[in-house]
Amino acid sequence: MSALTLAVRDTNTMLRRNLLHARRYPSLTLNLLLTPVMLLLVFVYIFGDTMSAGIGGGGADRSEYIAYIVPGLLLMTIGSTTVGTAVSFANDMAEGIIARFRTMAIHRGSVITGHVIGSVLQSVMSVVFVGAVAVAIGFRSTDATLLEWLAAFGLLTLFALALTWIAVGIGLVSPNAEAASNNAMPLILLPLFSSAFVPVDSMPGWFRPVAEYQPFTPAIETLRGLLLGTEIGHNGWLTIGWCVGLTVLGYFWSTAKFSGDPKN
Amino acid sequence: MPSSVMPTSNEGAHPSPTAVSAIGLRKSYGDKVVLDGIDLRIPAGSVFALLGPNGAGKTTAVKILSTLITADAGEMQVAGHDLATAPQAVRAAIGVTGQFSAVDGLITGEENMLLMADLHHLPKGEGRRVTAELLERFDLVEAAKKPASTYSGGMKRRLDIAMTLVGNPRIIFLDEPTTGLDPRSRHNMWGIIRGLVSDGVTVLLTTQYLEEADELADRIAVLNDGKIAAEGSADELKRLIPGGHVRLRFTDPAAYQTAAAALREVTRDDESLALQIPSDGSQRELRSILDWLDSAGIEADELTVHTPDLDDVFFALTSSTTQPKETVR
Repeated sequence: MSALTLAVRDTNTMLRRNLLHARRYPSLTLNLLLTPVMLLLVFVYIFGDTMSAGIGGGGADRSEYIAYIVPGLLLMTIGSTTVGTAVSFANDMAEGIIARFRTMAIHRGSVITGHVIGSVLQSVMSVVFVGAVAVAIGFRSTDATLLEWLAAFGLLTLFALALTWIAVGIGLVSPNAEAASNNAMPLILLPLFSSAFVPVDSMPGWFRPVAEYQPFTPAIETLRGLLLGTEIGHNGWLTIGWCVGLTVLGYFWSTAKFSGDPKN
Repeated sequence: MPSSVMPTSNEGAHPSPTAVSAIGLRKSYGDKVVLDGIDLRIPAGSVFALLGPNGAGKTTAVKILSTLITADAGEMQVAGHDLATAPQAVRAAIGVTGQFSAVDGLITGEENMLLMADLHHLPKGEGRRVTAELLERFDLVEAAKKPASTYSGGMKRRLDIAMTLVGNPRIIFLDEPTTGLDPRSRHNMWGIIRGLVSDGVTVLLTTQYLEEADELADRIAVLNDGKIAAEGSADELKRLIPGGHVRLRFTDPAAYQTAAAALREVTRDDESLALQIPSDGSQRELRSILDWLDSAGIEADELTVHTPDLDDVFFALTSSTTQPKETVR
């Protein structure tokens, strides 16, 4: 069997193990979905009037604010589900079964890549779920073409891949599930300091550069542009840069950590 | 089942090719030296026990030999492959059951087995067949559809070994296979290990139970403080230390007194009319003792040979000898 066939076959086996876990124990994923859905409902139905007035300069109605926050919440959903990835990976690493995998003649990277693919699939499914809730409460894309929908889907997948690799690294360096959950907090907090809920130019001047260039804001602005026809500008390239950068960083970080001697 | 590649077993000319060998194996964690240059040679088809107290380095040795962690120094070969340069070839020949159960608790016992079959690249049908066979052999059929996390300690350990056997490994590492098991499960496990050996598998097991090493192992290495304190068969080890003696018992008090007076280097037990003569239990020493008794005209009513058991050996070898002796005032 060639090295590539071996890698694909073992990765596929590990992916099926990962999806089996997710299917058997869906509570973790569902818990993590709760945050973005709750935030969506709270911001729209409770803070909605004020927020709409804030972004629309006074004349806006609530549906305009729904349109504004949905792209941010879709990306936040990815941040939230990848916290789950960090936790489940840290949990898994503490299991004896991983030690067994390490003593078997399997493709080494398959343990991680199987996990990553499984997590990306879960992230995408979560995004679809939150998107459906958004549509149910009145979100509509204004003028997105099929190509723009595909690009939006691609962007979400790429973003999920990048954050998942980082989350796997976090899971690997965390001694247990609690630590992993704490260490992965930035993945769920960063969207709060982005253009997800309010425009960056409404923030204090000293904070704007932080909000503008962190990974979430360019991704949110790009997604807005694709779905709602707003200006994308340099945000498209910035997003791709962030995604590729984080993926490469997470990949090398995780594989280096995993190929060394395991923690005792 | 496909047989694993193990070049050493094909050299029919040699009666017992080496399955596992280590020369000068060293490992430290920071300042703490865990393995301080140990040498091992395990012939194929034999059972080798690493015996030692907690913290002696047994688990570290197994982790290194099973490619889980790397050694600081030493030349090691498993199944004819060098550990440092060909770890994947080593992995293809071995099976490992660690001290802490290496099962996936979130999925069922059967799914665990099928996972192993997939990772060994068995065709689907064969994977199912091997799974069914091993679940049956290890008495896990009834629990097969339940999550492994719900299993008892003994069941988990059985599933663990069953998973190890899926790839039909020729060399098996068992790290404290019976620790934490109740007596019935322990005897069960011994039966399982004997079964493996009768299939011609080489077994390296670690244990802190002398009885276990005595029961199962062809050769035993006593590991203490990162060094091998002694190595040999159980009987050889028992002969290593003093404590063996020949016991003479008399029924006639007069004969006892005469004998006690005639034999000077003896320990007396006046109550049971018995004398103990130090002896290693070898044939040569026994003959000289008998000759000596004959020439002294002593005839005991009962003669028994006592050899030290492994407990004596273990305590003699592993008790720290570096402590300064207290002076008697």
